[in-house]
Amino acid sequence: MTESGIASQPPASQPYASREKVAATASGAGPKHRSLRGDVWRQFRQHKGALTGLCVFVFVTVASFVGPWLMPYDAVEIDIKMRNLGPTWSHPLGTDNLGRDMVARSMVGGRISLLVAITAMALSVFLGTTIGVLAGFFKRLDGVLMRLTDLFLALPVLPLLLVIIMLFRDSLRAAFGPEQGIFMLIVFIIGVTSWMQTARVVRGEVLTIKQQEFVAAAHSIGTRRRNVIFRHILPNCLSPVMVAAALGMAVAIITESALSFLGLGFPSDFPTWGRLLYDGKDFINLTPMRVVGPGVLISLTVISVNFIGDGLRDALDPKLRSR
Amino acid sequence: MTTSTATPVLRVTDLTTRFNTQDGTVHAVNGVSFDLADGEVLGVVGESGSGKSVTMMSLLRLIPTPPGEIAAGEAIFEGDDLLSMDLGDLREIRGGKVGFIFQDPMTSLNPVVTVGDQIMESLTVHQPARRREMRARALELLQLVGIPSPEDRLRCYPHELSGGMRQRVMIAIALACNPTVLVADEPTTALDVTIQAQILELVKDLRVKLGMAVIWITHDLGVVAGLVDRVLVMYGGQIVEDAPVDEFYAAPRHPYSQGLLASLPSATSRGEKLVNIKGQPPDMRQPPASCSFAPRCPHAFDRCHQENPVLTAVSATRKVSCWLDEVPTIPDTEGAGHGV
Repeated sequence: MTESGIASQPPASQPYASREKVAATASGAGPKHRSLRGDVWRQFRQHKGALTGLCVFVFVTVASFVGPWLMPYDAVEIDIKMRNLGPTWSHPLGTDNLGRDMVARSMVGGRISLLVAITAMALSVFLGTTIGVLAGFFKRLDGVLMRLTDLFLALPVLPLLLVIIMLFRDSLRAAFGPEQGIFMLIVFIIGVTSWMQTARVVRGEVLTIKQQEFVAAAHSIGTRRRNVIFRHILPNCLSPVMVAAALGMAVAIITESALSFLGLGFPSDFPTWGRLLYDGKDFINLTPMRVVGPGVLISLTVISVNFIGDGLRDALDPKLRSR
Repeated sequence: MTTSTATPVLRVTDLTTRFNTQDGTVHAVNGVSFDLADGEVLGVVGESGSGKSVTMMSLLRLIPTPPGEIAAGEAIFEGDDLLSMDLGDLREIRGGKVGFIFQDPMTSLNPVVTVGDQIMESLTVHQPARRREMRARALELLQLVGIPSPEDRLRCYPHELSGGMRQRVMIAIALACNPTVLVADEPTTALDVTIQAQILELVKDLRVKLGMAVIWITHDLGVVAGLVDRVLVMYGGQIVEDAPVDEFYAAPRHPYSQGLLASLPSATSRGEKLVNIKGQPPDMRQPPASCSFAPRCPHAFDRCHQENPVLTAVSATRKVSCWLDEVPTIPDTEGAGHGV
């Protein structure tokens, strides 16, 4: 500020100009390129557990679907000479009693286990959300639907599964082929017996949200009931649905394993993680890796899915997102 | 000042709303009748629980049924009865011709939908157009209600805005389709005084610009004085006085109105106790058989405890429901003059 007189003019106007520039960049560059997906992803990355979970889940999935192409062994290739091996460099999880490589079998098994888990979870979440929303929103349906939910909760699941599988396995196999038929049956069974918790939680959530003023405000601008449900109520009960989906997937993997373990799931020529456990249990003293491998995979997938659900729930809440 | 000489935009007759609760029936609104002239600002005042909000919510059938029930009455809006029309037709009116601003800006916006989408929702219902056009209209509305940098605000979620901004957004939503009538349910109660003043100025402004009729529910008599043309005073689910605003302030006729105005602190008297209206608001679980204000009324006489007065015209412009006003020649049994 040594110069005065002539030079005093520019400094006076300069701060103003630069301030304008700052404002322009702040309002232009910052929020301009925000999209919902970008926001959700940014928040999701903040959640270390969820990110790790996602990595593990992607790895397991990719390994299951792509892995078998890269393996030197076929999952159904029998090599009696190599039977009941412990972990070696060429067979990291050992081999089974027919000499089939356990890594290859775990990969192929993951395909069916994951497919069952995802489809059954989708079915269960869909059923649970639909019934929960209907019961919460329409008072007239509440009693009927919630008694139906209680009825399903009171059903003894395992005996029911046994009866259903005994009754329908053969006809479905005949209609859709052995693999497809049993796949549909198992997905259906798991979906239909696991939606009740979701329905209850969603109903409770809808009852609370329905009372909130923004729902009345939506009615006050002439929004149709269908849109009130889809635009205002459903998005606001997304977090319990997310959690239910994650838990549902875990439950589906475990139930499928349990069914296979009981010998009621897929036949042993279609390996799943549960089936591998079942087949391996008799050899637990001889080749413990046969049980440990699929067992660890089941737990790992279940835990990672739970973390993903947790992270998604946080990321989908705009209040948490802006922190 | 507006006089209701032309046909009113909205004529409410004998509106009665009840809530059937476990503790018995709550008679929230009992035979309310009023007219709303075109372009008029009508202030509805009364204490909490006097039925102000329920009356206006009933007009658009926004009260939850059950437990609510609109038991009787009609509300003629542009020739049709809002209370008996088909729900589909009513949806056309809700948000299209009648805008509604809710009391609490913190809870009246959907937390997971952006502000822009919420404004556009009203447009998609009533004036569906291309998304770009609706966005332009939303932008224009945000400018209209005085939100700075509206471009960015469109993409904001409600929690990213302050209370005053949210209330402006609510107003923008209510104005989206150029309504003929704007119902504002205590829109400034949840806001601080400076924001309240801004919102009031905004509504005054918009009313001149857009020429709509406004029903402004409030319990702030200061707001009433500055904004409205005509005042409805409600007590116990009934209208006790219906008067042009200047006449109301100059000479309130109903004892309750007098009590309300007397309880305002004045700028000149310091150190004095504030005047209040003794007693409790009425128990709404009984249908009014006598004047519901009688137990608190300093001028009550026998008739007040036996019969419920009806809203009767006492002059060309005002109506009062009070036995004191019914027959001016009746001898004043208590010996106390009633105010003015």
